[in-house]
Amino acid sequence: MSTLLVLEQTLNGIQFGVFLFLISAGLTLVLGIMNVVNLAHGALFMMGAYFASTFVAWTGSFFIAFLLIIPSSVILGIVIEMLTLRPLYLRDHMDQVLATFGLILFFNEGVKLVWGVDPQPMPTPELFTGNVEIFPDAPYPVFRLFIIGVGLLVAAVIYFLIARTKVGMLIRAGASNTQMIRAMGVNIRFLNTFVFGLGAFFAGLAGLMAAPIISVESGMGDEMLILAFVVIVIGGIGSVRGALVASVIIGVFEVVGRSMLPIAMQQIFPLEIAQTVGPALASMLIYILMAGVLFFKPQGLFPARTG
Amino acid sequence: MELTRLKGWLLAIGFVVLVAVPPAVTAMDETFYITLISRIMIFAIAALSLDLILGFGGMISFGHAAYLGLGSYAVGILAFHEITNGWLQLFVAIGGSAVVALIIGAICLRTSGIYFIMITLAMTQLLFFIGISLETYGGDDGLPTDRSEFAAFIDLGNEWILFYLILGFLVLCMYISWRLINSRFGMVIRGCHENEARMQAIGFPTYRYKLLAFVISGSMCGIAGFLLANLTEFVTPEFMHWFRSGEIMIMVLVGGMGTLFGPVVGAFAFLMFEEIISGFTENWPVIFGPLLVLLVLFAKQGVWGLLPKSKAGDG
Amino acid sequence: MADPILKVEDLMKSFGGVVATDQFFFDIQQGEFHAIIGPNGAGKTTLVAQISGMLKPDSGRILFDGQDITGLSAAERSHLGLARSFQITSVFRHFSARQNVALSIQARQGHSFRFWKPAARDSSLTEPAMKILSDLGLANRANVLADNLSHGEKRQLEIAMALATDPKLLLLDEPTAGMGAEDSARIREFLGGLKGKYSMLLIEHDMDTVFSLADRVTVLVYGRGIATGTPEEVRGNAEVRAAYLGEDDAAHA
Repeated sequence: MSTLLVLEQTLNGIQFGVFLFLISAGLTLVLGIMNVVNLAHGALFMMGAYFASTFVAWTGSFFIAFLLIIPSSVILGIVIEMLTLRPLYLRDHMDQVLATFGLILFFNEGVKLVWGVDPQPMPTPELFTGNVEIFPDAPYPVFRLFIIGVGLLVAAVIYFLIARTKVGMLIRAGASNTQMIRAMGVNIRFLNTFVFGLGAFFAGLAGLMAAPIISVESGMGDEMLILAFVVIVIGGIGSVRGALVASVIIGVFEVVGRSMLPIAMQQIFPLEIAQTVGPALASMLIYILMAGVLFFKPQGLFPARTG
Repeated sequence: MELTRLKGWLLAIGFVVLVAVPPAVTAMDETFYITLISRIMIFAIAALSLDLILGFGGMISFGHAAYLGLGSYAVGILAFHEITNGWLQLFVAIGGSAVVALIIGAICLRTSGIYFIMITLAMTQLLFFIGISLETYGGDDGLPTDRSEFAAFIDLGNEWILFYLILGFLVLCMYISWRLINSRFGMVIRGCHENEARMQAIGFPTYRYKLLAFVISGSMCGIAGFLLANLTEFVTPEFMHWFRSGEIMIMVLVGGMGTLFGPVVGAFAFLMFEEIISGFTENWPVIFGPLLVLLVLFAKQGVWGLLPKSKAGDG
Repeated sequence: MADPILKVEDLMKSFGGVVATDQFFFDIQQGEFHAIIGPNGAGKTTLVAQISGMLKPDSGRILFDGQDITGLSAAERSHLGLARSFQITSVFRHFSARQNVALSIQARQGHSFRFWKPAARDSSLTEPAMKILSDLGLANRANVLADNLSHGEKRQLEIAMALATDPKLLLLDEPTAGMGAEDSARIREFLGGLKGKYSMLLIEHDMDTVFSLADRVTVLVYGRGIATGTPEEVRGNAEVRAAYLGEDDAAHA
């Protein structure tokens, strides 16, 4: 039974890690290539979830919602990029932090105005409503497996895009040396907008996938943003591969740690201590991990910048 | 940093007005303002402490709410265990903030730029989650607390006395900061902001200076937390939420980064604005968010920064 | 004979397969004015960074006044008496000229964990700072913000800050960078005045400066020192002509 629980929680952890990857993949490129701090990325995730909920309510189809998410999240991302970030590329990080913080305030409150304060309904798509028994006698929701599949597909697409296409080559070059890209005479403005739009799309996609299983409400992106930062710090700014590895590590640590650590501690410590310290320690786990990685590898596991 | 005569007069007037607040608003029967201004002054201390490392030291810490929370929990947790001695609580608030700032700073200052921002942010979130998981001390519901007890003549139960205590701390923190930034230590910190490589080349091991500045700043913010718990008689993990960090940062920006009095002006401007506009609509962030973007784009100097500067430098 | 003030042994540094410093040996004698020249991309900047402690070499040793300083930080090297000026002017723009120099003096006076006394009214800082500025003819500009100084004045201030650390060796990274002929001549004259008082390492592009001032010249090409000698010897060296001077002549032709 206990082993089964661990396996199931590990799977949940991987699925959570895939979410984190969808959110952090775009963000790590934005940070790495554009050298811009963008706190509003979590808001793009939230908007993706709200859009998804609305599109499903309109059309009744998860698939059509997916098709509509593509343009809506990309356009939203590009509008944000053009209106607020573009004038700030050459300013210091402080300005970027505050401006994008302003965007979070706007979006968190804006969704309350448009959609109301209650969480938005979002049914699990019918195709994926059932359970499968991956392990004997342990039904696992198909939709969660579907999320893992989508995440891996996205990872493959990004890998192809970055490793095999011309724009990918520029992205790689840009992540390691922005000056060089400028010197090569590439239209950096277009590249920035492209990368930002791409990041916005992945964040929106994450919102769509998350909507059926976590509560669609104002502020849902805030915590995700911090986790994405932890992922990016561990993986190395600008590294998609780092983001993938770190996402899965963080996802598993977070989910398994939170559910198992208090139980595990009860085996060793008196119940009272375990119940007090256990949850606290579990919530610290990933941050301790981050501090540890930083101590040994200040540039993250997969540093993209070389000099 | 020398003050222009204009700024000197503004400060003197500001101080006199603050001193006159309790009798004046009591006479007008609007005692609510005593609490509001007390709150503003507390956040002024927090913003000032952030400005020491942000405006002067160039360290973009997005985690200052951590120390606000630590300072307030020092009051809440000690009071929970029936230790209500104000001096002891204050000592724990400052010392606890210093220790945590030392640990967080030691990690964060190994990095710079975007990393630094993200890690200070993440470390604050860590403290926020610890606060939530402390079921014994109220978890995410927070913890009601009694006010600190000092000697009999400082009875914090009296709103006037609490107000003047906070004002006293604000003046003290401003004075300490002023001495600090003009001292040799302050010159090193400001030098690091402008050009750290150059500072190293002329012989400063910059890491330890920045770390100490980080600790001093955190401790000062711990004082703000101590006062906040006393004012609200309640402590909650919300004090440590990263949105608080963002708000403190906004105060610094609105008032004027790298000035001593800007953060104080910024705290007044931001919290008064919030007070007024939230009277019209509870959705005020919808207006404030874009306003902040515009502020960043077009008015970066802040209110205090717009005043004429003294010739010798950034007064 | 005394130890050389600086001795570099078998220094290696590469960035992801690109070799920037390649088995580099050289030394500077006490009191010598040594210049390093080399075409763009020869690895001069990387070399300066390693000598001053901003960058760790992959292998090799750097000895300063007989002491191995390879593992020391930039700040520690500065305290031993190795001072540098920067190619890109890096004075503290928001400080006055005097404050800039005072900061260097503050560094040499030991730790700066002093929190109360205003540095601006500390005569142990301001007086020596004023003296150095007077020596450079900048006394009347002492209270001007560095940002408001002319380009030439900034370059002079840059060197003043290095001098204020009371160095044994001055490492000057292209002190005439971005200067017109007139300002360059002024700096050259000024450096000539320092000659003999300090051991100096000059990294320079400007040939006139190098050949008129240096006791010895080392030529750096693709991270390697291809020749060292007096200005005349180096001028006559065939390999140098091919690698460097030829290119330079062509550029002037």
